[in-house]
Amino acid sequence: MSRTLAFLTATRGGARLHWTDWASYGYLFLGVFLMFFPVVWLVLSSFKTEADLQRYPPTFLPYQQQTITLDGYADPLPLFEITGGEHEGKILAQLRRVGLRAQMVDPADPETRLTIDIGDRVPVERFTLATENYSDLFGRFNFLLYFWNSTFITVTATLIMLLTNSMAAFALSKYQFRGRTVVLLLVIGTLMIPQTVVLVPLFLIVTELGMFNSLWGVIIPGAATPTGVFLLRQYMLTIPDEILDAARMDKASEWKIYWRIILPLSAPAIAVLAILAIMWRWNDFLWPLIVLTQSENFTLQLALNSFQGELQTQWSALLAMTVLTLLPIAMVFMFLQKYIATGIASTGGK
Amino acid sequence: MAAIELREVRKAYGAAEVIKGIDLQIAHGEFCVFVGPSGCGKSTLLRMISGLEDISGGDIAIGGEVVNDIPAADRGLAMVFQSYALYPHMTVRQNLSFGLENINTPKGEIAAKVGEVARMLQIEQLLDRRPKDLSGGQRQRVAIGRAVVREPRVFLFDEPLSNLDAELRVDMRGEIAALHRRLGNTMIYVTHDQVEAMTMADKIAVLRLGKLEQFGRPLDLYNRPANLFVAGFIGSPKMNFLTGQVDPGDRTLLHLDTGEMLRLPAAGFGQVAGEKVTLGIRPNHLRVAEDGPVTVHVRSVEQLGGESYVYGATATGAPVTVHSPGQTRIAMDETIRVGGNESDIHLFDSESGLSLREG
Repeated sequence: MSRTLAFLTATRGGARLHWTDWASYGYLFLGVFLMFFPVVWLVLSSFKTEADLQRYPPTFLPYQQQTITLDGYADPLPLFEITGGEHEGKILAQLRRVGLRAQMVDPADPETRLTIDIGDRVPVERFTLATENYSDLFGRFNFLLYFWNSTFITVTATLIMLLTNSMAAFALSKYQFRGRTVVLLLVIGTLMIPQTVVLVPLFLIVTELGMFNSLWGVIIPGAATPTGVFLLRQYMLTIPDEILDAARMDKASEWKIYWRIILPLSAPAIAVLAILAIMWRWNDFLWPLIVLTQSENFTLQLALNSFQGELQTQWSALLAMTVLTLLPIAMVFMFLQKYIATGIASTGGK
Repeated sequence: MAAIELREVRKAYGAAEVIKGIDLQIAHGEFCVFVGPSGCGKSTLLRMISGLEDISGGDIAIGGEVVNDIPAADRGLAMVFQSYALYPHMTVRQNLSFGLENINTPKGEIAAKVGEVARMLQIEQLLDRRPKDLSGGQRQRVAIGRAVVREPRVFLFDEPLSNLDAELRVDMRGEIAALHRRLGNTMIYVTHDQVEAMTMADKIAVLRLGKLEQFGRPLDLYNRPANLFVAGFIGSPKMNFLTGQVDPGDRTLLHLDTGEMLRLPAAGFGQVAGEKVTLGIRPNHLRVAEDGPVTVHVRSVEQLGGESYVYGATATGAPVTVHSPGQTRIAMDETIRVGGNESDIHLFDSESGLSLREG
């Protein structure tokens, strides 16, 4: 902890702050602001009510107008503070607004109706989190179903991808066979073809195979990625062949060499690929949008999209769901990010 | 029984032939060393015997059975690699048991065997460590242990000591020799160090450029080298070579290129009159003598206390080393005369390099 603090408050040294200290910290704070402000704004906005979201000018923190329930009135009444006229300083509940005047009552004396100029009153507001944005997701919208769909696709696709890619990388890095370079070049060559180009043919294949509107239609086409094969191959090249020879002398089958020797030794590269794969699958939008048309198959990203209607957008639900969608990927990244640096560093050179 | 027989074994990578037809018989229980300069094909030959490398021609038989098409795993061999090739992600115990697990040995038996081997190699206290936490010598022991634990018919060692420091190398040399005495298995050991070869081997195979130069007992190679290469390679310091021509009229008289003359033995060598020959004599057989036939200009002197080496060159620049017991008073830039016994000389044909020794 003290080391973290020392790191965060590091300076160039000397009694006073050097101008480079000011410049560095200024630059870093700017960076932090640029990176974090949108996220903070998103999270705070997700706790605002629909009315609060529409307010202009917007407030930073979520506020809600206070209401009061009075005998004789069915609905809760909004409270206002009176800033002018004979009732100045009082807090009154509004019954209805008629043109430029409002009919109000004093909560202490609900029988007497008062007429107030609307310019003389300001709403009584208090910082309140609109948690119903979140609870609605589980009640009114089928959040858990979308969450499950997204999770299932991400986990299954990542596992299949790691398995197939590592097997391909093993073959391409450790076996000598005719056409090995050609295969590798083909794999790398597919990197040059943008996904949008193969979208239509891929769609036709998926439909022919009966995977349209099925989660597998999203999982299978993304199972093999040239990036993954290449990344793992480069890493496996650094594993000495003598270890494989030793395993062969130890009567290990080729499958066992792959499973017991190659996979554990490639763990850093596999961790990197796993993180990338999870992020790709979780944030994938275009392909699921094409394959999945029924709402019970929607992933979170598709569900988010469906909140954005042609005529109106449910911003409160949209923002709340966005926050929940961000959370898992942020967690994954937080726990696994140290592997990215080590993994990428060790795939670079021997 | 695990005698090994190589018949006309060849290996080619495309057009480049690296093993050019080798015939060799290693008897059961023999400790055979393949020795040669780097690039002579000794490691390739070992890998061919192990099955890790295909052979391009000929036959390899282990225990009388031709194993050309049998995969490495099924030949019943174990190999110790130059880089040790321990599995870095496994503990020493797992390294030792991996091979036994692969042949479905029961758990209790694995534990017993691993324990026994660990005791024998004194690595018991290391069993739960990983290879990266071991020193070079310890890693070497584990690598040997991994080979021993599977009780193979034949052990193959691929330059196992080349990564160790000099002192440790001497120790491990003794241990491997002791291991061989205890287990009695056939062992093939590859090295470029002729001292290792001389000290450990029952039989030495000297290889050069993919060919077998000579195969035999260490002292036979030392005393009766078949050609110039073996004569120069076996023995330290190197044998001295002096080139010359046999007198056209008298086959016992040799005219050295330096212009000096010396007598050759009348019997024992098949030299003919007028032949260009190379005379070889080991540094410890040379003596400094007033009446010695060869003049040597001394370039440097090494005094080790108990023994001394004098390095010099003849008039034609051929290097000459004289090894003498005790200390010497010869100094740099002196000119000395040296000679030796007729019985200690070796004679080779200068063109073919083959020994002219008869019988």
